[in-house]
Amino acid sequence: MITTARSEFWAGVRAELPILVGVVPFGMIYGVLALAAGLPPLLAQAMSAIVFAGSAQFIGVQLMAAGTPLAILWLTTFVVNIRHMLYSASVAPYTRHLSRPWRWFLAYLLTDEAFVVAILHYEERDADLPDLTDHQVNLRPISYQHYYLLGAGLALWTCWQLSTAVGIFLGTQVPPSWSLDFTLALTFIGMVVPLLKNRPAAAAALTAGIVAVATHQLPYKLSLIIAALAGIAMGVWLDNQTASPLPTPYSLQQEKTP
Amino acid sequence: MILWLTIIGMGIITYAIRLSLLGLWEQVELTAVTHRALKFVPIAVLSAIIVPEMVLPGGTLDLSLGNGRLIAGLIAIAVAWKSKNALWPVAIGMIVLWLLP
Repeated sequence: MITTARSEFWAGVRAELPILVGVVPFGMIYGVLALAAGLPPLLAQAMSAIVFAGSAQFIGVQLMAAGTPLAILWLTTFVVNIRHMLYSASVAPYTRHLSRPWRWFLAYLLTDEAFVVAILHYEERDADLPDLTDHQVNLRPISYQHYYLLGAGLALWTCWQLSTAVGIFLGTQVPPSWSLDFTLALTFIGMVVPLLKNRPAAAAALTAGIVAVATHQLPYKLSLIIAALAGIAMGVWLDNQTASPLPTPYSLQQEKTP
Repeated sequence: MILWLTIIGMGIITYAIRLSLLGLWEQVELTAVTHRALKFVPIAVLSAIIVPEMVLPGGTLDLSLGNGRLIAGLIAIAVAWKSKNALWPVAIGMIVLWLLP
């Protein structure tokens, strides 16, 4: 199939659109919660542009409201966002031929939502090529596929900034009795439940939840870090017991949603 | 000023993670074990946020049927399991929470 930079870009934008339906309320809720936590509107908006990571922003504003020391807040940000290293590793084979400014800008756009769309596209395209071993991957024909990630990423970026702005605008008019803070948990339920496809995943979730409740009296949501580590440890331990020999090189195939 | 510093620090940390293997250490490949461990990060982090929100309303453990957030959360989990669509759990969970006494 002949592609151009422009066609790849718009294909990325189009693939991102259905996901944006879920991002709009998420961004608005962030804006509302940020103001409720006492953040000035300008800072609430700046956070969406500078951090550009929904779940870390939600946790961040809660911790800021609680007067959390910087070191703990930053450590929490690290734990919540470390999953992006997986995305960075998965996209790297497709960006190795690009210039540094390109790679550094695509890294800024590498969110959950843009990654999912782009990696599925790349893997589909790879499947159309003749069998490539891992070493030949770098020899695949020059293409404009990085424009696909650019399109998906910029579509999400624009949507996130605008929905944050709407949330900030509405923020002061939303009464606490609406319990809008609970939408955070519900949003996360929608994200995590589809991931619970096997026993190690379910055990990791359960362990993290129980440890979080057991340690909730620790200051500054330290329970979040402890519970996350406990959940990861449980998941890896069970995974090692049940898994077949380690697949090398790694692939995202197992994570493809049906 | 401290708020700006906080946000910029969060931004640098987040960006450095995203850039790590894409721009900083391109030749490094994750070991299979690291790769596996990273897969559990979103599951563990999100669950550690969700469960306390459901069972600790106001900071004390409440596993009774009178805890609206617990009921709404459980229904949202069932909805998420069935629908695979990220929006329905939010919509139905909030409606349940508002309807409960």
